[in-house]
Parts: sequence; structure tokens; C-alpha cells
Amino acid sequence: MTGDRTIRRVLKPVVFAAGVSPFGWLLWAGLTGQLSANPLEDITNETGIWTLRFLCITLAITPLRRLTGWNAFIRFRRMAGLFAFSYGTLHFLTYVIADRFAGLDFPDGIVSWTTVRNLVASVGEDIYERPFITVGFTAFMLMGPLAVTSTAGMIRRLGGRRWQTLHRLVYVSACAGVVHYWWKVKADTTDPRFYALVVGVLLLFRFVRFRLKASRAPARATVRP
Amino acid sequence: MLITRSNDIRSSEITDRKLYLTRREFMLAAGGAAAGIAACAGPDADLTAIEPGPQDQQAPRGQKLPNVVKSPLSTTDERLNTWEQITTYNNYYEFGIDKESPSLYAGSLKTDPWSIMIDGECGKRGSMNLEDILRGETLEERVYRLRCVEAWSMVIPWVGFPIANLIKKCEPNANARFVEFVTLEDSSQMPGLRQPVLEWPYREGLRMDEAMHPLAILAVGLYGQTLPNQNGAPIRIIVPWKYGFKSAKSIVRIRFTADEPVTTWQRSSPKEYGFYSNVNPTVNHPRWSQETERRIGEFFHRKTLMFNGYGDQVASLYAGMDLTRNF
Repeated sequence: MTGDRTIRRVLKPVVFAAGVSPFGWLLWAGLTGQLSANPLEDITNETGIWTLRFLCITLAITPLRRLTGWNAFIRFRRMAGLFAFSYGTLHFLTYVIADRFAGLDFPDGIVSWTTVRNLVASVGEDIYERPFITVGFTAFMLMGPLAVTSTAGMIRRLGGRRWQTLHRLVYVSACAGVVHYWWKVKADTTDPRFYALVVGVLLLFRFVRFRLKASRAPARATVRP
Repeated sequence: MLITRSNDIRSSEITDRKLYLTRREFMLAAGGAAAGIAACAGPDADLTAIEPGPQDQQAPRGQKLPNVVKSPLSTTDERLNTWEQITTYNNYYEFGIDKESPSLYAGSLKTDPWSIMIDGECGKRGSMNLEDILRGETLEERVYRLRCVEAWSMVIPWVGFPIANLIKKCEPNANARFVEFVTLEDSSQMPGLRQPVLEWPYREGLRMDEAMHPLAILAVGLYGQTLPNQNGAPIRIIVPWKYGFKSAKSIVRIRFTADEPVTTWQRSSPKEYGFYSNVNPTVNHPRWSQETERRIGEFFHRKTLMFNGYGDQVASLYAGMDLTRNF
């Protein structure tokens, strides 16, 4: 099995670099004019899709660990989750800036409290009025507490069981992310269907394990005198 | 409503016969260029005829259309989008759903020979080839704003002529209250048709008075050149006061009907897309606020104008209609 040193010194940096690479590519493509005629739309779409991909990767860690028996997979789960949150943040910020901020009026100039108020109102209104934004925003908001409580110190403070319960929110976040994508596309639902299938299979894995455990537990209880 | 027209057409302005005779080469050049193999299109003589545009020099181009006259109906006070922007950012699902797909895959579209089937409530039913459709037409440059339902817009110098001219040639009868426009459906030329994204072929429709309006044109060119395939070659409609999807591309059939035709997008999602689909900032789409739009190439949005800014000319078509219900 791979040693702790190899994981820390080699594998983790490699996986980290891989996680940053979509962002690096996007930055490079944007700066060198490789994106489409509407680059802000490309950035919004790409950061969104990478959020969903990293959510899927995060959800795949435990099944992979069980199926392969290679427990070191778990050492990459937090990183994957934080990448999902990071791309989600970029996605949300791009939306706020390119979609909301760029659409404001600036009666008191760009740098003013009016701008801040109008921006908050504009984002709020959009979340309220457009279901696909509502569900996307929900998916993002649910990731916030998970990112904050991802440190070893927070796990200790919360206690393993409570921490685990809290982090099951990632299931809801991933489902909301898929719904957000599905409701966003105009006609072609091929890609949203694919992500729905992936998230579905990953959640089914947990459900089946949960049922197996539940059915085994009372059986063991009856054996005891 | 007064629409000022240019002076009488001088004979020199009528598209000359040479254009028709050499159309095959033009289309070959356009198709080859779109596929990124402009160099294979023909001998050097052909390539020197391809004029670089004002804003970007390297982009592949179609063939220059002769005797194009400027139209007084053009938008004059706005900056044109570049050839590059107009020809690489397209919604043409028959070539894939991504914006760049049409520019990558539309090279397989064969635009010559081309004919349009005239059908329905009219006197001149039957197939009309493109040469006959263009015969006697003065090609005008019409600079129009194009507003997509996805909340982006461009300013595009189309080349074309009023749809009304063709409709008159078709001799519609008294029952003809609507016109349906149908796009080519051929999966051997259009890879996107393999995906059941929409119900093919793509269908659009206009009320007769909308189609007869002088602003509604059949476009055959762009920036003074023949239309690139990804922009709907060889002939498409442009209805500038409606969302872009109303302006159907690569038209193969025009049908006059008594009843309102059901359009492709209506069939796909009737709650989101109405028959009229006039640009209207007060009627929101569930996924896009229609109050503002991003002009391609700009960061800050612009306010979307009622009827895309063509209200003075077209609002009278909808007098007394509830445009919230007839969206």
C-alpha cells in the first residue's frame, strides 16, 4: 500500500494540480482570446460544470474506497469537496458580476451604496423569481457550512457523528446542482441526464449499504442473549 | 406609417447575371472557407476576390455580392459586431447545440443547388430555385440589431430583400393568413439532427402582415458577402423585432396557411415560447429576465427595447393585442 509520505509529498500535490488545471485553462483561454464571442458566458458555464464534476468526485470517494479496499482514497475527499466549493464560488461570483452587476443602473456612480443595495436586490430578486437560480443558489449555500467545518479542528469540535450528519448535506447539494443544470438548459438535456445518472448511482450505493446494515443489525441483536 | 424607400433602382444596381452564373463557385468558396480549408477552394484568382472585412482580416469569408445598395431602413448609430463574432457565435442546433458548433460543422451543408418549395394557400405552388427567387431583386444592406432570447444581442449588416417581394411572386390567396418557414432537414449534412433535441425540421411562422412588413427580409448575405453556412446559407429570414429564433435559417419550404402554424419552439416548450415572440422587456422568460441584454463584445448590459427598438415601424401591427398573453 502507498505510504503516508508518498501520499503527502507526491499524490496530494498531483491531485491538487489536477484540480486547479480547469481554472488555469479557463484563465489562459480567457486571456489569450480562446473563448467564444461571449467569454463571460463560457466562464459561467465552465465553472458551473466543474462544480458539479467535483461534487461527483467527492461523492465517488467512499464507494471507490469500499469497492477497491484502498482506504487512502479518503485522504482526497476533503480536497475534492473544497474544489467543488471553490468552483461553486467562482461560478456564483461570475454570475453576480457578469449577470447581475453588469445589468445594474448606476444612478450614483459605480462606487456607491446605491450600487451595493441594487446589486443585493437584483441577486435577491433573481433567486426569488427564477426557479433554476433558486435551486442553484441553494446548492451553493449548502456547501458553505461544509467548507467551513472541513478542518480537523472543526471535526474534533463537532464530534465525528454530528460532523458526519452535517456533511450529509452534500447529497442535497449535489441533487440541487443537477436540478439547477437540468432547468437551465434550453432543449438538450443530454448532459444534465448524465450527471443525474452519476449522482443517482453514487447515492444508490449509499442507500443499498444503509439497507444492508439496517437488515443485519437486528439479526445480530437477536443472537445476543 | 411611412416607410421611406431609396430612389428608383438603377439598372446597374440590379444584381447582375454574372452573379447567378458563378453562384456555384461562390458557394463552394463559402463552404470551403467555413470548413477551414479556404486554400482548397480554388485557384488564386478566386481567393483574391475574397475581400477582407473592416474589423478582422484573417477570418474566412464568403464571396462578395455585387451591387448591394444601402437601405434607409438600416440602424445607423450603432457599432457593428465583427465578422468573427457573427460567424462563430451561432445558435443553429442542426449543427450542434454549442455556440461554436455551427462554425465548426456547417461546412458539410450543400447550398447549391438550392430551391424552396412553395406550398399551401397560394397560386404559385411548386419548387422555386434560388436563381428564380433572386431574379430581379435588388440586394440591400440592412444593418439590424439581433436580440436572442438568451439575453444577448448583436448588430449585423445583413444583405437581402423584403420577404414581401417573394410572397407577391407566390400569389397567396384570400385564405392565406399565416406563412410558415421550414429549415432544411438532412442528417447527412446536419450532424446535430441525430440528437432529438427539437422536433425536426425546424419550423417558424409569421402572420401575413408581419411577413409583408418592409423590415422583414430574406437574407442571402452578411457584410456584403454571401451568407456563411453557419448563419443560415443560402437564404434565411430576418425579423429584427422578434427574438432571434424566429428568424429561421436555410429555408427549404414556405407554406401559406389559414391557421396559425405551430412553431418548433412552441412545440418544445409552449409556456416559454409563444407564436409571436416579439422582443418585449416587460415579459420575462422563466430563465432569462428580458429587461436587459449583453451586446456581444460589451461588459455592461443594455436596456432591452420594446420590439428591439423597431416599435415606431412595427407596433401598429399589434394594435389592441395583449402582448403579455400573446407573447
